[in-house]
Amino acid sequence: MSFLNIFKRKESKVSSGRQNSDRGILVFENTSEVIRAENVLKKKGWKIRVMGPPPEIRSGCDLVIEIPLIEELNILRTLEKAGVQPLEMVPVSSPLLQPVNLFQNKDFGKYLMIRAANMKLTVDKETMKIVNISGGGCPDVPYLAQEMVGKSLSEAPSPREIGHTLCGYALQLAYEETGRKCSL
Amino acid sequence: MFAIVGTVPDQDFPLAVGEVLLVNGVIRIEGKSVPVNRGTPALLAAAIKTCEVLDQPVPFGYVVGDIGQGDGSRRLYEYLTRNLGKCDPQSKAGADLNTITFHYLQPDVDWHNRVLFAVDGMAQRPVLIADAGFMYAAKMSGQSAKYDLFTPDAGELAFLADEEAPHPFYTRGFILHEEGQIPELIARAYEHKNASRYLLVKGKRDYVANRQGIQATIDSPLEEVMEAMGGTGDTLTGIVAALIEAGVEVKEAAIVAARVNRLAGHYAKPTPASQVMEIIQHIPRALEEILNENGGIREKTFAC
Repeated sequence: MSFLNIFKRKESKVSSGRQNSDRGILVFENTSEVIRAENVLKKKGWKIRVMGPPPEIRSGCDLVIEIPLIEELNILRTLEKAGVQPLEMVPVSSPLLQPVNLFQNKDFGKYLMIRAANMKLTVDKETMKIVNISGGGCPDVPYLAQEMVGKSLSEAPSPREIGHTLCGYALQLAYEETGRKCSL
Repeated sequence: MFAIVGTVPDQDFPLAVGEVLLVNGVIRIEGKSVPVNRGTPALLAAAIKTCEVLDQPVPFGYVVGDIGQGDGSRRLYEYLTRNLGKCDPQSKAGADLNTITFHYLQPDVDWHNRVLFAVDGMAQRPVLIADAGFMYAAKMSGQSAKYDLFTPDAGELAFLADEEAPHPFYTRGFILHEEGQIPELIARAYEHKNASRYLLVKGKRDYVANRQGIQATIDSPLEEVMEAMGGTGDTLTGIVAALIEAGVEVKEAAIVAARVNRLAGHYAKPTPASQVMEIIQHIPRALEEILNENGGIREKTFAC
């Protein structure tokens, strides 16, 4: 298939709007990295496709990898282990979208709550123990809470290690921000 | 009969379908147990406590283990597409569902659409409630209007209001997740057809809204630390589901549930380190108190 055909298929896919709103695209430094990543992911059984990038996010490469958005964290971990990491990941439905990058803090005196996107993590400021995790809607949230609550920030597994979804990714951001705040 | 569909954080928990019990603070279904920490077990526990007071049958659960890899959710989705509205061969129940609450499931638009198609095929359309991951999928599919109730928090409402966002993680920055913005976010969610017939927005102040606008706000008692506690939104969804199943109209059920959840939280005297079971055990007292108010819903709805 020529690149022209790839772009044609891409255009029709993007124009279908909501049908693709659960897909994301991985953008890499160059085409060889895309191919390496494609091989790694296909060997692991991920349902991914190599596509032409939309004009808005062209960054010097001609190909991107379309992935199920909800599996982003898992896929990124697979690629990290294989030593082939993308430059960025954006949802297909709107290439200009960026992850929420604002944090909100709420000080409860003895406790500090940090919110990133839809996830909230609360620590005891004296002991650095994670006392609660709330928010989110993906199935790894109860699992992450089960594994992290009651442990100190340094002892608890990070969401990056054991999370699988975008909620897990958001919790990772809250976890990192909490570490930064508590080390000040 | 009302169904609750969701996941538990145990990879080895098999797909279980049947009546759900709460025994010594543990959820039991088909002889299997799961603790009540947050998520679907918290929703189930709150629904059961509500049913006890209302003297209603316990919920019918469709539950599977999933720790975020989506495998359990997909097995459950597949089961639902084949069996929703039919009698479960093992439990001999599940054919007469009046209310279905979809909860912590891996968001997947394709599977969501197939499940909704199965709902469309049911002899009698049930009241549909969605929260958590299934609500995300419902919004992504563009079929929010087919639901009777969503129960988002402020961050999730911002996601519903952002017609472009495929997940709360990608809500655009100009759409603020602030409590003060909630009326605008509600209007925007309806404008872009990304809201259910009613919304129950949970937060420092709870809002009950529909396409016509905000119908009620509930802001007392206020226990701010409940925001930090995992599962306090799940309990709210469980209470409202049980009330709707008992025959309370969706709007009234949402108002009562918000009041009960807040009052139960107040009685628990929580700290940010409290766990949700501490609130669940106060639901019967809170519900009794609100039902017995003069002109309350017990007289209006449950009078013989």
